[in-house]
Amino acid sequence: MSLTLEDIDLSVGGEPYISGVSLELQPGSFNVLLGRTLAGKTTLMRLMAGLDSPSGGRVLMNGQDVTGVSVRHRNVSMVYQQFINYPSLSVYDNIASPLKLAGVARREIDRRVRETAEMLHIEHLLERLPLELSGGQQQRTAMGRALVKDADIVLFDEPLVNLDYKLREEFREELRALFNERHCIAVYATTEPSEALALGGHTAVLHEGRLLQYGRSEDVYHRPLTLQTAELFSEPPINVLHGIVSGNEVTFDRQVHFPLSDELSRLMPGEYRFGVRPAHVSLTRRADDDIEVTMAVDMAEISGSETFLHVADERFHLTVHLEGVHEFEPGQTVTLYIPAHKVYAFDRQGAVVHIPVHAGRA
Amino acid sequence: MNRELPTTPEAVRERAARANDRRRRRARPASRQWRRRGLMTAYLVFVLLPIYWLLNMSFQANSEILGALTLWPQDFTLEHYARILTQSSWYMGYVNSIAYVLMNMLISISVALPAAYAFSRYRFIGDKHLFFWLLTNLMAPPAVFLLPYFQLYYTVGLFDTHVAVALAHCLFNIPLAVWILEGFMSSVPKEIDETAFIDGYGFPRFFVRIFIPMISSGIGVTLFFLFMFSWVELLLASTLTSTGAQPIGSVMTQTKGASGIDWGALSAAGVLTILPGILVVYFVRNHIAKGFALGRT
Repeated sequence: MSLTLEDIDLSVGGEPYISGVSLELQPGSFNVLLGRTLAGKTTLMRLMAGLDSPSGGRVLMNGQDVTGVSVRHRNVSMVYQQFINYPSLSVYDNIASPLKLAGVARREIDRRVRETAEMLHIEHLLERLPLELSGGQQQRTAMGRALVKDADIVLFDEPLVNLDYKLREEFREELRALFNERHCIAVYATTEPSEALALGGHTAVLHEGRLLQYGRSEDVYHRPLTLQTAELFSEPPINVLHGIVSGNEVTFDRQVHFPLSDELSRLMPGEYRFGVRPAHVSLTRRADDDIEVTMAVDMAEISGSETFLHVADERFHLTVHLEGVHEFEPGQTVTLYIPAHKVYAFDRQGAVVHIPVHAGRA
Repeated sequence: MNRELPTTPEAVRERAARANDRRRRRARPASRQWRRRGLMTAYLVFVLLPIYWLLNMSFQANSEILGALTLWPQDFTLEHYARILTQSSWYMGYVNSIAYVLMNMLISISVALPAAYAFSRYRFIGDKHLFFWLLTNLMAPPAVFLLPYFQLYYTVGLFDTHVAVALAHCLFNIPLAVWILEGFMSSVPKEIDETAFIDGYGFPRFFVRIFIPMISSGIGVTLFFLFMFSWVELLLASTLTSTGAQPIGSVMTQTKGASGIDWGALSAAGVLTILPGILVVYFVRNHIAKGFALGRT
């Protein structure tokens, strides 16, 4: 079962929600829709499910046009961000309901419900009502209902957002394992780049109702086609430095000059935007061609075992992602080293012109 | 409110002083407390006195009612209740009232449920105006519709039937029910409907099996309001009936016998008329505030 979106448009009240999205999802693939809030992730999912119909374009399942077919006649299932269960039915009946409606034999229903519940570790809660359960258990029930029938497409609309951090990690791992044995198309919406990478599979980056890039998650991460994709697929967002290449040096903001490294020397003279991931900037020199900048600390955020260091002066603003807890005083000067062999270059339109040779390796 | 605990000794002392101050202010002198209790008692006496008087009279013989003013029945009697519950001209009033009230509740709720669902779930041209127009129906006094109803029902042969009153009361009860139910339905997330359709529920089955149980308290509150408004309405009910479907309210106005007004029977009938209301209120008391807010919390 494959799902193809052909040039899908959707506008509501004259306002474009989705514009010109074309996407082909392979059978058995795990796909992540990545984008900020209002990027159109939920809308696109609703179009895939058939809850809404597009105002333009076609939706194909296995090559068959299903654009106008209602959700009831498509074999899909969906898990929402809110914990949606039938409050008047027990957990067992909640999970069993899609099978009952499909007319599956009683004994078969029982077997599959118990199997699914076991998979999701809620087998001891089957007799309870959903509202008596914790948030995590409620969401497991909702997932059980989505997974118990052999849907062709399973849609997850930010299902872990309302759960606490620990549960999320746990869920994420389970989820990947659950889908390894299945042959349905899984679609998973998230706002977090790290989640997209952790889940693996493929990633579609969405921004303001447009599809920016689709491919294997690591590929999209390491080889963004545009600056926008690089910014969206990086948390904190990739640092952007404006620079002008002339001869064999690069000038940042007319003031700071650096000789071009071997890799970057292929750039034609002109104006560029250079991107470097916060995690790649370091406090120590690691290679001879590292770009050295000395700047004042603006703020240091310590979150768990990581430190986000914000440095700024009148020319630049850089975010540095450091492992471990480091203490900095605001105003303190630090010397940062930007590894030249990890720098991306984008032209003025934001299209990528240089990808580090070693991106994705080592 | 500042709920953080103080960290310095000065702050602790200051906090304790403030708490003390508050306590002192709250502890009013005894005289003020008594004044408050007195006010409350006066209010309750004011509200409950007529009801007590009704109860009082219903247990007295007519001669006692017309004679001296007594604070409680000197000669306790149940004869009025016995008469009402045995004479068909009396108790048929209750039967008629209950019949058309129940009919009206049934019609109103079964019409209002789908209507409220449509208002809460779908967007269509003029939906908001239509919704508001429903409310304006509640603003018109029923007397306005009296004459047309009377003539129309007379022509089609509905005059003096329970259905006639039940239908006439739909005038204000259906808009009311739609308003209350719409509020309750809108507090159910739309995703539940979608999940049900994804699971393969057809609409009728979803509506009965999943949706109605979710708004059951709303339906209860709605039924209470429907009952109340239909039960107390007298103008339409008495005009559209003569003898076959006469409501209790109208029976009560016609109790003048040869010996003048039967005060005792009238009082007993009054007590019996407010009883159902009290019973219904008792059952929905926990949901009624939400009902007054039209389901919006």
